[in-house]
Amino acid sequence: MKKEGQIRIPAGCAIAAVISKEGNRMTGKAIIDAMRPMHARSNGLGGGFAAYGIYPQYRDFYAFHLFFDSRTVRKECEAFLKERFELVHAESIPTRQTPAITDAPKIWRYFASPLQSAVAAMQVDEKEYVMRAVMEINTKLSGSYVFSSGKNMGSFKAVGYPEDVGAFYRLEEYEGYCWTAHGRYPTNTPGWWGGAHPFSLLDYSVVHNGEISSYDANRRFMEMFGYKCTLQTDTEVITYILDYLVRRQGLTLQEAAAVIAAPFWSTIEAKKDARERERAAFLRKVFPSLLITGPFSIVLGFSGGLMALNDRLKLRSMVVGEQDDKVYIASEEAAIRVMAPDVQNVWAPAGGEPVIVRVKEGAY
Amino acid sequence: MERINASGLDFKALNEKLRQSETDCAMENCCGQRFLAAGMTDVRLTIDGVPGNALGAYLNGAEITVNGNAQDAVGDTMNAGRIVIRGSVGDAVGYAMRGGEIFVRQNAGYRAGIHMKAYRDKVPSLVIGGRTGSFLGEYQAGGRIVVLGLHTDGKPIVGNFPCTGLHGGKVYLRGDLRGVRFPPQVNVTPASAEDLAEIEPLVQTFCALFALDAAAILDAPFTVVTPDQENPFRQMYVAN
Repeated sequence: MKKEGQIRIPAGCAIAAVISKEGNRMTGKAIIDAMRPMHARSNGLGGGFAAYGIYPQYRDFYAFHLFFDSRTVRKECEAFLKERFELVHAESIPTRQTPAITDAPKIWRYFASPLQSAVAAMQVDEKEYVMRAVMEINTKLSGSYVFSSGKNMGSFKAVGYPEDVGAFYRLEEYEGYCWTAHGRYPTNTPGWWGGAHPFSLLDYSVVHNGEISSYDANRRFMEMFGYKCTLQTDTEVITYILDYLVRRQGLTLQEAAAVIAAPFWSTIEAKKDARERERAAFLRKVFPSLLITGPFSIVLGFSGGLMALNDRLKLRSMVVGEQDDKVYIASEEAAIRVMAPDVQNVWAPAGGEPVIVRVKEGAY
Repeated sequence: MERINASGLDFKALNEKLRQSETDCAMENCCGQRFLAAGMTDVRLTIDGVPGNALGAYLNGAEITVNGNAQDAVGDTMNAGRIVIRGSVGDAVGYAMRGGEIFVRQNAGYRAGIHMKAYRDKVPSLVIGGRTGSFLGEYQAGGRIVVLGLHTDGKPIVGNFPCTGLHGGKVYLRGDLRGVRFPPQVNVTPASAEDLAEIEPLVQTFCALFALDAAAILDAPFTVVTPDQENPFRQMYVAN
């Protein structure tokens, strides 16, 4: 069977997210239930969740989630990690046997701290060091795959329908202040565990409904900066682009949104505020290769917040609802109504209009 | 009147239940089930909850009322009948609609009335009470779209690129259109008495459905958008 990377995958999909602006922690039950009415948007070839605030006891350590093909590659990968990190805890991620989820790889997590001498020797900062280690494992250690590498957060993904994936990973036993979810509908692929969403790097995670036409242009540009797209699933490159723009280039989330979902030139010219016009034109000119074309609705998760964004033509649906301290986002209003039946304020952001939600400082 | 509890039923089971019903139906606890009443001819259906995508697709004479919001592609390729939405709708309402009426009390998303068409006595109508997103009436080939702009959130009545590719039919917009940019291939003119006479019955029906004052709503400037026959859309994307 061919794996992803050998076959190109256009995707349909469903996304959902919930965040508490007060940092109140919720179990994974609500977000799993939210995916149920959108069942028909997926086809059972991928489901996944990202959860923030779930590892408070290890909040200062990078939480690596890994898939291994075998015990042998796990031993090899652990040796690689031990040369670069102090591992404070290692365990198999608890799962629940369910007939809906089959052919599971070995799934492990490690809480780790970079060896400071090695970071200093590489003359990079800690996050860059971690990012490079993740890239090295995913490109060089065959049979090992890092699918989550942030602090106090984790991605959980598998081949299966999202509600089954949630049950498999026992997500009702975790508590987080922010959850994102994805149900996948790849149409040309056998589907692979690593190819399910979210795609994570450091504390960024992306769930994506859509298909990027500019994938190759985006991928080639990102490779110049050490980001190696190993899966050829379009979403992977979105995660790397956002890491590059926000962490490395220091752009704000609004600016990053204006790069990847840049307004049309005619829309920029019609802007009344001269400063805004210049800013939009500047971002388009500096990062032309990072414009993402084709349909997408995405939710980017990060420590202390999230950003939801549609492509500039809004070729995918996405609605937002708010109630009390919570903000809900989903491909369909029905999913929001499952989490908050009486939500009053439901609206659809315009194409290219980012919705940024942040948790109160100190509450996460 | 038959009551149908949609809770726990998937779209297939729910649609089968609807089809077996021999009388008017009141559906409760609807949550995202798709294709409701698709192609149906003679049912009267009221829905509580949020119906899923493609509500009333290919509708052929049935009447549907939703006491809240609906999702994407309401009335997709609808042929006849009536759909009334008391809240807002998602994207692509009235997609390729070719007959019947859709009334939306509040707002519509992107691409409202995309690919609407008309043939002889089949002239579809789409009336939206509030505002709409970008690409209103994209590639419209026939029928009438009326946007009343009764929303109160201060946002423009329509987003970017309205009437792109429009080559038939009419779009009516009520009130102030300053700042709205249309493509050069369409005519944008104040509605004539004749134009207004064409939509007066629609506005009256809209107001009867939602208990609004038709005279007050009609007593405002209307703009009508039609294709420019001298300068039609010849090539949108590729030469073919």
